[in-house]
Amino acid sequence: MIDNFLELTKLITPATLVPLFPLVGFLLIALFGKQLNHVSGWLASAMILASFVLTCFLFINLPGKSDLNFELFQWMKWGNFTLSFGFLIDHLSLVMMLVITGIGFLIHLYSIGYMHHDEGFSRFFSYLNLFIFFMLLLVMGNSYLIMFIGWEGVGLASYLLIGFWFKNDAYNDAAKKAFIMNRIGDLGFLLAMFFMLFHFGGLDYLTVNEAASKLGLGTLLITSITLLLFVGAMGKSAQIPLYTWLPDAMAGPTPVSALIHAATMVTAGIYMIARSNILFAMAPHTMDVVMWVGVATSIFAAVIGMKQNDIKKVLAYSTVSQLGLMFAALGMGAFESGMFHVVTHAFFKALLFLGAGSVIHAMSGEQDIRNMGGLSKYIKLTWFTFLIGTLAISGIFPFSGFFSKDEILANAFNGHTLVWILLSISSMMTAFYMFRLFFLTFSRDFRGTEDQKSHLHESPWTMTVPLIVLSVFAVIAGFWGLPVVFSETHVFANYLAPIFAESKNILTAHAHLDHSTEWMLMGIATLAALMSIGLAYYFYIQSKLLPEPDAETKGFAKWVADKFYIDELYDKVFVRPMMVLSDLFYVLVDKLVVDLLVMASAWIVGFTGRTIRLVQTGNTGLYLFLMVIGMMVFMFIQLVY
Amino acid sequence: MLSLTLLSIPLIAAILLLFSRGNLSRNLALVFTLVQLVFTVYAYTVFKNEGAQAFEFLASWSVKPVLNIHFAMDGMSLVMIMLTNLLLPLIVLSGYNRELERAHIFYSLMLFMQFALNGVFISFDGFIYYIFWELALIPIYFISFNWGGEGRAKVTLKFFIYTLAGSLLMLFAFLFLYNGTPQHSLDWGFLSSNPSCSCNQTWLFWLFFIAFAIKIPIIPFHTWQPDTYATAPTQGTMLLSGIMLKMGTYSLLRWLLPIVPAGVAEWQYVAITLSVIGIVYASVIAIMQKDLKRLLAYSSIAHVGLISAGIFALNLSGFQGSMVQMFAHGINVVGLFYCADIIMNRTKHGEIEGLGGIRLVAPQFATWFMIIILGSVALPLTNGFVGEFMLLFSVYQYNTWLAVFAGLTIILGAVYMLRMYQKMVLGSAIKENMVFPDLYWNEKIVLVTIGILIFVMGIFPGPIMELTEPVLKNLIK
Repeated sequence: MIDNFLELTKLITPATLVPLFPLVGFLLIALFGKQLNHVSGWLASAMILASFVLTCFLFINLPGKSDLNFELFQWMKWGNFTLSFGFLIDHLSLVMMLVITGIGFLIHLYSIGYMHHDEGFSRFFSYLNLFIFFMLLLVMGNSYLIMFIGWEGVGLASYLLIGFWFKNDAYNDAAKKAFIMNRIGDLGFLLAMFFMLFHFGGLDYLTVNEAASKLGLGTLLITSITLLLFVGAMGKSAQIPLYTWLPDAMAGPTPVSALIHAATMVTAGIYMIARSNILFAMAPHTMDVVMWVGVATSIFAAVIGMKQNDIKKVLAYSTVSQLGLMFAALGMGAFESGMFHVVTHAFFKALLFLGAGSVIHAMSGEQDIRNMGGLSKYIKLTWFTFLIGTLAISGIFPFSGFFSKDEILANAFNGHTLVWILLSISSMMTAFYMFRLFFLTFSRDFRGTEDQKSHLHESPWTMTVPLIVLSVFAVIAGFWGLPVVFSETHVFANYLAPIFAESKNILTAHAHLDHSTEWMLMGIATLAALMSIGLAYYFYIQSKLLPEPDAETKGFAKWVADKFYIDELYDKVFVRPMMVLSDLFYVLVDKLVVDLLVMASAWIVGFTGRTIRLVQTGNTGLYLFLMVIGMMVFMFIQLVY
Repeated sequence: MLSLTLLSIPLIAAILLLFSRGNLSRNLALVFTLVQLVFTVYAYTVFKNEGAQAFEFLASWSVKPVLNIHFAMDGMSLVMIMLTNLLLPLIVLSGYNRELERAHIFYSLMLFMQFALNGVFISFDGFIYYIFWELALIPIYFISFNWGGEGRAKVTLKFFIYTLAGSLLMLFAFLFLYNGTPQHSLDWGFLSSNPSCSCNQTWLFWLFFIAFAIKIPIIPFHTWQPDTYATAPTQGTMLLSGIMLKMGTYSLLRWLLPIVPAGVAEWQYVAITLSVIGIVYASVIAIMQKDLKRLLAYSSIAHVGLISAGIFALNLSGFQGSMVQMFAHGINVVGLFYCADIIMNRTKHGEIEGLGGIRLVAPQFATWFMIIILGSVALPLTNGFVGEFMLLFSVYQYNTWLAVFAGLTIILGAVYMLRMYQKMVLGSAIKENMVFPDLYWNEKIVLVTIGILIFVMGIFPGPIMELTEPVLKNLIK
């Protein structure tokens, strides 16, 4: 044990320190939260900042292809199986680490202001640090098993944070739902690992990739593995049919929605597939499934988003929709485009959520956009940064969302025309409902109560600084991935190129689009977005429309507003039957049948005893009589045989 | 000789305790269980450095009929001994802030139980093994009968007769084996090296299997268990669920597999299917359980179902996973029942509905309860994950679809555990004027120890697996 410990201390390097800081932060705050009080917010933020600085250090010092792949200790070992705890730092994990620690730090900072009055202040920051720790494990692990630790760990952190205000039972329900739906996906992940462990003999990426590339294209084995992995991704990244937990997860404090349910955790599924790109490239059928699930989710969530009136719910459905877009990109084999959208989306969606948090903060907890309006006058900075975020997600040039979305659409146009059409429609809807949200929140007259009006105020600096930093990135992040028409070097794609090199060889390459087509696509996309914005402007500014109260919503609109009753459907098809089955098993099978058999055998023994006891009368005549009968029976048997 | 010391410490303690009274009894019990724990640590170092020789004890009881006493030690036995002697002090300590009538008898029985359990795990002769197996039943019967809750007479009788009936089958099996060989030896070494004795292995399999299946319990032999767990005093339930049911799973590996290999091969599919059905069946029942202790009982059935499924997968993943999981489950289930006891003791309320808000007044308790639940639902880095991962993998090696079905446990486990936790601990208090002091010192020691063990074992399961690896590798052949 001591030897183990000494060996562990030797392994403290910049790479191991990155996840260690948040872990130490978590432990310190968990143990001494009461004493630390409001210091814990700063402590937690400092830990993430330290991780971020170290990540930058790694980013600079990891040139070329020299990945950092090292083993910390043996975790489980039996027979021929050895499962170790180790890290792999390459370009893909670095991109994710930068996003996690960078945006993570900003959101920690923001939370100091946002959670200031909460009695669970310290607890909140310990959970946040715990989340960052697991999220880093997820992206830094060098095997599927380590990824799985992070995978389930972020699920736990998400559970704790969604149900952070545990007095409210609806929040607790949302937390439980998130955990269980994720667990459904996790079972897929687990089974995929069993397949890999059994057939490839290990779970680290090197072993798996090497063994997988020797398999034939589209064999049953590789298709099963990738499909099961994708089930895991569906759970974590909220894709159809496992998406319903994400909108409910908005029960958590808003910084949590920004960090976990928009910028980082929910993109874990995309990271996982990008990490397994060689496996997926070998499985064309799975790729089709991934693509179509992504497309379907993207459209479906966008439709629902059009009729939501809770500011966070709109953003939640837009997240689901954007995640669908990313999966569509992965399914088309455009791994780097999917990852590019992960990064730009992390910036502008974190920005939007934090902006929404600032709005809710200013509105004294109000979340219904029908009761807002005219806020641009009162919270100017929030208004301005929110506008940048909205423009970015709508895909307006030159904001970051434009470039990443354009790249995915261009990929779709190049071989999947139907997908291109559908994704374009989904993008149009996104632009529409985002500006619907924006106009209803910030423009026109204030529709809240007088009480709310008197409290309207801009947030403290800890909250506005992250907004400003994020809005800067929401603008410039796109320039890392300029389309070919602007620049010959695609910084982002080049950076990730070594990761995806092998799978590019496997996938059939499409010819590059020529410049005129690319111009045309960009033109169409921009025009479509502008039209949607114009439409939103016409409805909500020009015609001064207001979404009707819930009670007056009718027909199809009600279906959409009520999210197509998918939750109710799941409840009827899965939850209720499970409860009935549980009662049935208990009362009917367990108590009645099984236990009755047990008791019956006891009863038979008792009955036999009671019956035979009747013979024990003490009457010699009866005994003699029985003896004679017995002898006759024996003689009879003797005669017959 | 070390074997005899392992047995004599708790036996002497059990006798001594009879002459003590009141607080002295439990203090003495704690001291003796701690001495036994220290001695177990010593035994571990001896085993590590010098091997099993120091534990060997062989004596003849009678020449005709041939009856021998044979104690020995191997990695598997040592793991079980460690589990037993680690849990006992925790179980004793957990009763420190409870009032108990005739405490000296209670703790004496508990120490006697420890004696019998240690005996079961180091017996390497069928005859003496059977004696210890039955001996373990006596103290737990009296503990449940005298200190149990409502309806204890009926429930305890059922438990006693049910398990005794199972044991009789095992006795038959041993008699068959005894008569089946000219040497009339029940020595483990002899039986496991001559597995193809003249006996009918089909019958032998069922005799042993049912005996162990009742103890584990594997469905459909489980109906004694929820009632017994619910009515027995909590410390008794801890003994039963934490250690005693491991007698069954341990015996599968120790006796059934090596002695009746052909029978096992013949009936493997039945045994593994029953086990896997048990996992899902018990998990589903746990979802809607109204009584906290019963919920934990069914969850325990589900967990040990996975252990026996792994054993009957007949591969090293399953064997190793089952040993790790026996240890992990022992720790976790004791923690769970202790949490249940703390709730019921403070609120006088054992139903899952109608409580809530505990987290508000007792945050420490809520936190440690959560950690133990996480171990129980097998979150990675907890002890439950290591075992469950290996066990599910072993079932997968046997059959993919069976593994999918067994894997439902990770979903269902989360369903019933989180539902229970939410209703009882989270939310706002439903009961008015609920008095719920946070953890007392002894409760804190027990729960923190368990919590730390959950993570240490989850991150460094290596030592246990190293101990059992050579034994289990032999078993594969």
